Amino acid sequence: MITVKDLSVTFHVGGRDVRAAEAISFEVAAGETFGIVGESGSGKSTVLRAIAGLVPSRSSILEVDGRPAAQRRSRADRRKLQFVFQDPYASLHPRQTVDDILREPLEIHRVGGINDKVIAAIADVGLLPMHRFRYPHQLSGGQRQRVAIARALILKPPILLLDEPTSALDVSVQAEILNLLARLRQSYSLTSILVSHDLAVVAHLCDRIAIMQLGRIVEVIGADDLRSGAVAAGYTRKLIAASRGFARIPA
Amino acid sequence: MTNESLLIVEGLDVNFPGRTGVTRAVRNASFKLGRERLGIVGESGSGKTTMGRALLGLLPHTATVTARTMSYEGRNLLNCTERDWQQLRGRRMSMVMQDPKYSLNPVKTVGRQIGETCMLHLGTSRKQARQRTLSMLEAVQIRDPELVHGLYPHQLSGGMGQRVMIAMMLIAEPDLLIADEPTSALDVTVQNEVLRILDDLVRDRGMGLIMISHNLTMVSSFCDRVLIMYGGRIVEECAARDLTNAQHPYTRALVAATPSLDVRRAELATVTRDPEWLK
Repeated sequence: MITVKDLSVTFHVGGRDVRAAEAISFEVAAGETFGIVGESGSGKSTVLRAIAGLVPSRSSILEVDGRPAAQRRSRADRRKLQFVFQDPYASLHPRQTVDDILREPLEIHRVGGINDKVIAAIADVGLLPMHRFRYPHQLSGGQRQRVAIARALILKPPILLLDEPTSALDVSVQAEILNLLARLRQSYSLTSILVSHDLAVVAHLCDRIAIMQLGRIVEVIGADDLRSGAVAAGYTRKLIAASRGFARIPA
Repeated sequence: MTNESLLIVEGLDVNFPGRTGVTRAVRNASFKLGRERLGIVGESGSGKTTMGRALLGLLPHTATVTARTMSYEGRNLLNCTERDWQQLRGRRMSMVMQDPKYSLNPVKTVGRQIGETCMLHLGTSRKQARQRTLSMLEAVQIRDPELVHGLYPHQLSGGMGQRVMIAMMLIAEPDLLIADEPTSALDVTVQNEVLRILDDLVRDRGMGLIMISHNLTMVSSFCDRVLIMYGGRIVEECAARDLTNAQHPYTRALVAATPSLDVRRAELATVTRDPEWLK
């Protein structure tokens, strides 16, 4: 469904070239949820943005749904990929109602039956009809992330890109959103890429996981390898140990 | 270790009057702290930070703080004047804030900020302050103290910034340190380094530490004892290692809602809130 080969992203900052991602190659099969884990600055979000065409990148192959994802993408190409961002407080327009927010992608892509689709999308993500004409500030963090997910799914895209979708949320709300994502990927047969710094979150949702460090993929492992600790790279082991909490060295 | 109580809080209430009525941020909270690591866990809005700030007299004037007892090393904190607080804060008790980006002074070098604390509270000379600052920076495992001494906060990484803040809070050698989400802005690997530094300092200096956090994994692995807060109340107190066998339904729900690296669950449990918990 998604093929990435030798992807690199270079930013020009203050006269210097910064390699944010280098030699990134992986494939995501249809219906799979692929995870990318790394610490801040490892380039995980950059890879996701490059696939979505939000940052310029170079690669020998970058294919989405069997079609090359060129730098200039057609509207039909863009419709296939939808993005959910980390911070639901920042990714929703503060002066648009939920209805406006959900309408917009349908209008851009000239899809008919807007009214019914908005009503269905609201119900789909577990919001109530009364939320339709609310503004983002009248919603809780979890409800806002539900709106962002509804906006991403309203065009029925085959692919969903998730950039830290639950990091700004409390544990109890995170559980609700993760359950929602798990349910939606079933009912929409979605292919998705989930980027997160939280190993437990990624292991919960994903089948295969790429570990990134300093712009490169250290290794790609299965979720069960992550749980059992059967990993090759020292960095991955260190990351797993750190995620299990603080270990006091006996004095 | 916990026999001697550093801090005694009984029936603490914090209220914020507002246009739509009074917000009861902390309700009837009671606990004791010895020379140990106490975790306070809760979700956003549970009152954990407000409680931490109340202990240091750092709440805005609009807040009303009442308690049957709130004492620190035998001293009544309820009738402290601003001047009394100034003598306590920094020297006797201190607070590490969540984000070094917002809590360090952006226009002063690291060395000047830390040295200032030292001169103010310990009355040292500028030269002594510099010496102490350098050795404190070393104690929080900054590799090149001389270099970092002359840097401005924006030149530091998140992990370094947090170490600088810990150095600044510990230089006056307080007996009680309140750490409010000290590691939540940091990567996991850096998080554990910062925790190790705190752990060593707490043990070596025999300090009391209150760790405020939303991260159950971190608190249960780092602290001795944990208070769980919900809606401004302490709903449960338990030993940190027993957190997974907690009694209160809210604590149990929180534990079950946290994705785990050990067990694969098809679905995470969600928290069904019971109005009874607020009674």
